[in-house]
Amino acid sequence: MRLAVIGAGDVGRSVAELAAEYGHSVTAFADSTSAVVDPDGIDVEGALAHKDDVGRVGEDDPADALGAEYDALVEATPTTLGDAHPGFEHVRAALESDRHAVLANKGPVAERYDDLRALADDSAGSIRFEATVAGAIPALSTIDGIGAERVTAARGVLNGTANFILTRMATDGLDYEHVLAEAQDLGVAEADPTFDVEGTDAALKCAILANVIHGGGYSLDDVEVDGITDVPPSALELAAEDGRTVRLIGEVTEDGARVGPRLVPENHTLAVSGTMNIVQLETEHAGRLNLSGRGAGGPETATAVLSDVDRLS
Amino acid sequence: MYARRQTRPAWYRHGATAFALAADNNSRGVADGGETMSEAEDRAHTLRLELVDEPGELLRALSPIADNGGNLLSIFHERGSLTPRGYIPVEVDLECSPDRFEHIVDALRDAGVTIIQADSERYGEALSVLLVGDLVDTDLSDTLAELEDCGSATVADFSLTTEQGTEDVSSARVRLAIESGSTERALKQVRDVAAQKDLSVVEPLVGEL
Repeated sequence: MRLAVIGAGDVGRSVAELAAEYGHSVTAFADSTSAVVDPDGIDVEGALAHKDDVGRVGEDDPADALGAEYDALVEATPTTLGDAHPGFEHVRAALESDRHAVLANKGPVAERYDDLRALADDSAGSIRFEATVAGAIPALSTIDGIGAERVTAARGVLNGTANFILTRMATDGLDYEHVLAEAQDLGVAEADPTFDVEGTDAALKCAILANVIHGGGYSLDDVEVDGITDVPPSALELAAEDGRTVRLIGEVTEDGARVGPRLVPENHTLAVSGTMNIVQLETEHAGRLNLSGRGAGGPETATAVLSDVDRLS
Repeated sequence: MYARRQTRPAWYRHGATAFALAADNNSRGVADGGETMSEAEDRAHTLRLELVDEPGELLRALSPIADNGGNLLSIFHERGSLTPRGYIPVEVDLECSPDRFEHIVDALRDAGVTIIQADSERYGEALSVLLVGDLVDTDLSDTLAELEDCGSATVADFSLTTEQGTEDVSSARVRLAIESGSTERALKQVRDVAAQKDLSVVEPLVGEL
């Protein structure tokens, strides 16, 4: 397939780099200020070198990428809330010209799922968004395989940064600020960690899971959200005395969706360590399924994007 | 503050194992803790019995309780309804020491009274939560009493630790014994009490307790 990759962050870059290995070509590649377009396939290495040198992937207008020749658009721009601009418009452009869209950007799927579905219904193209929930973990395609109507609940650890912080606080008795600073040094947490530690990122993933399981109707506002900033080391100590620990758990049930710190037994399946993620599905006939793995990272998430592309062809 | 004590004594105020204050040097006691630590004796117990629908049956069931030192608190006698086996269900709340309770159960069995549930089996589920916030200044004893106000939970165990370096924040782990099937109700009570006192709650995963 010919791919138009919009967004040149960790995920966009990795998708562009790995596309050839998966048998696809990249005919357009854009960042926020520029684009490089070639119907015969762009020089990915050259574009990434250009990006490293001058901060732009090419010299074309970013809008040119949307008008380029491609079969599937890969939306990998940063997640935005509310109207999910500009990611949503990128996907709309693809669907309105009857082409496919694969999203790594959570914004449109979490915030405007019903709008996306309506656009996809009117288009010969379709949408896929495996990469938006728990990175490399094939959570959505597993739900797809089981049949969303036979999945009764989903829960899991959906944010590696928050999980890293809670794990470190519990194992070493360190306070939140200390561990956050360490996580930032290691590149596990961003300079502004709000999105991760206040539960927003996990809540977006819950909204997406809820949309898939319940057939739409959810946005961030429909998810009850509580972060980890109020969990002191003393609470983790008390939990440990009782053989338990605290994890930031996202949960989708028939009653709705919520994210919050929860007490779990220390050796519990959901008590994954460090930056690991896990998604647990309750199913009608198949019992409980657990899928754990890396929830973030360029190549990891790109793998989910490219699997989606494969499912389109 | 302990107005409810007359009607339904709770384990945490009486039980030897029930009141475990963390032995941290920063721990603070509960305001009127002296009383709570002392008598490790009387506890509330619940018996569910099935009686034959005959005159004198209720008295026959209650005598072994009184004879063995049980202090009757309430008797719920559903004379109108019959169990599937055609008996009358009776629920008896009483207060006595754990030892005496065993004697009472034995005496009832000796007297041929059918016991459907004795006490601990009624509180068939347990639930641990963490509470974080200004637990001391928001009246800890009152918080614990309110947690039981939904009527289907009792505080079975409780630990408190104050956060080092922070004046007002403390954390508590509370273990609630819950009547079978009342977990959601008890959790709602925990949320309501916490919201009222501006405490944060770390809930367990229900079904994963």
